[in-house]
Amino acid sequence: MKPARIGLYAFLLTAALFFMLPLYVMISTSLKSMDEIRLGHIFALPMAPTLEAWRSAWSEACTGASCDGVQAGFWNSVRITLPSTILPIALGALNGYALSFWRPRGANLLFAILLLGAFVPVQVMIYPLVRMLAAIDVYGSLPAIVLVHLVFGMPVLTLLFRNYYASLPHELFQAARIDGGGFWRIFWHVMLPASVPMLVVAAIMQITGVWSDYILGLVFAGRDNLPMTVQLNNVINTTTGVRLYNVNMAATILTALVPLAIYFLSGRWFVRGIAAGAVKG
Amino acid sequence: MSNVHLRKLSITLGGNAVIRELDLQVEEGEFLVLLGPSGCGKSTLLHSIAGLTDISGGAIEIGGRDMSRVDPSERGIGMVFQSYALYPTMTVEKNISFGLRIAGMPKAQIAQHIERVAEMLHLKELLKRKPAQLSGGQRQRVAIGRALAREASVYLFDEPLSNLDAKLRTDLRRELKMLHQTLGSTMIYVTHDQVEAMTLATRIVVMRAGEIQQIGTPTEVYERPANLFVAGFLGAPSMNFVPGELDGQGRFRAAACAGLELGVAVPGARKAVLGVRPEHVAIGAGLPYTGKVTLVEPMGSHQVVWIGCGGLLMSCIAQDTQRYAGGDAVSFGIDASRACLFDPDSGKAL
Repeated sequence: MKPARIGLYAFLLTAALFFMLPLYVMISTSLKSMDEIRLGHIFALPMAPTLEAWRSAWSEACTGASCDGVQAGFWNSVRITLPSTILPIALGALNGYALSFWRPRGANLLFAILLLGAFVPVQVMIYPLVRMLAAIDVYGSLPAIVLVHLVFGMPVLTLLFRNYYASLPHELFQAARIDGGGFWRIFWHVMLPASVPMLVVAAIMQITGVWSDYILGLVFAGRDNLPMTVQLNNVINTTTGVRLYNVNMAATILTALVPLAIYFLSGRWFVRGIAAGAVKG
Repeated sequence: MSNVHLRKLSITLGGNAVIRELDLQVEEGEFLVLLGPSGCGKSTLLHSIAGLTDISGGAIEIGGRDMSRVDPSERGIGMVFQSYALYPTMTVEKNISFGLRIAGMPKAQIAQHIERVAEMLHLKELLKRKPAQLSGGQRQRVAIGRALAREASVYLFDEPLSNLDAKLRTDLRRELKMLHQTLGSTMIYVTHDQVEAMTLATRIVVMRAGEIQQIGTPTEVYERPANLFVAGFLGAPSMNFVPGELDGQGRFRAAACAGLELGVAVPGARKAVLGVRPEHVAIGAGLPYTGKVTLVEPMGSHQVVWIGCGGLLMSCIAQDTQRYAGGDAVSFGIDASRACLFDPDSGKAL
């Protein structure tokens, strides 16, 4: 092996270790008892590994008044993420399809305005959105948070699908027109089946994005639908009693588990889709 | 089967007039080829007949009915595209039957149509495959099958063979010609390949910059080109152009090559361009003109000999096996009866 190779691997190994360190600390701390944590050996392996903290984080940790762990938040997050993934993707694909194939009058202007939306910071829109949702009487509910995710997901998803469809040969669309396909039939039978790679990418982006969201869930979901991230924050920031570091660590890992799993399972697709969306069109 | 009639057709794309007041009559059962260099508007014209491009003026009649504003699917056309445009997620069978299924045809009848088309284009073994599992030639056959399944009255082909390699192109070209002979349907075919045009067409329409230059049978267009553009576009190597003048007594005298003169049937004294196809230039002892061989291109069945004479360079197709080398002095002759004369200013045939 050449010295340059050795240097390269040494660097990569160091970098990997460096970035793995927090995860290691989290996992080992979550497996320790509080007595052991108090010794202060943060990098030491647990002497008597126990899953007690994990059980407690899932079902017993206190979030403000109630002590049910982060599990309630988990199911809330699932209830928010599912519709907030399916609806925006369906609409984004439809938008992209209409914009790149049917080119209605003013399509480019519409697209420009939509893209502009992608550059406006979320925080700027929170107050107006609260007022608007309150006005139509859905503020603080599941539909409200789904609607908000739909609005914020639309620009990027439309862009992704528009570029993806622009990379398909236009003759495909023309052939379907001659075969007698209308707007919906061409979308449903020809274009949507041809966009599976993009659908996977969009799903990954949307699931990880929505799951990790904190501020929108906190503001719009309402007391009964607070997502896991908000519950997690409540668990960790509880000011009464002892700070249960092991429980906090376990709860944090539990919350991050869904996006993490998605990334691990779909890394290849994710890269491929992003490249396809970025290079073409 | 239907005829197609274009009346004063105008097409504007992005503010540019691509086609201006074009008239064209396509007869029933005809194999009409639109031939021209890229950007001449031939594909645009075809797309407008299909209804895929909006027209800005004039009318399109198919089978005597005005179809100018009718939806593509209701014009009674089938179309084959250069990129095949097969539905990537459907099997060959589903690709062929897509249009029929949309039209709500009963299943048994659809099966019959698939059977008929598969038989005709030898697709039987491929029916369950997806486009990605097919070769280029197979894909294009499926695309043709999809067009045929519609039993359209006019079939439109948009450079269907351009994406195929040379051998496949020749094979599929022959299949297309046989298909037309069997079906006898009206076909309109767009290409920039003059060999395809010559071999397939019953009539060729040569186009340039959105305007029709000449309409005629392949022989007419090849042997009596209407102008310099048509003369130069058809034939490989292309026609030799010899600038010179007519002396008023029926003789043409070349400007560049001393001694090159021949009797022609055009009266009047004027400047003219003589057009001679390479196969009408002969090399041999005792022929009237002399020149020097500058280059030889062997083609297997024949050879192309380039002869320099003064400032003139003429190509000559020699069928013999005689070996020529650069620098050889040769005598050559021109078959005056097959030569054409053009006006150098307007480019029109005299």
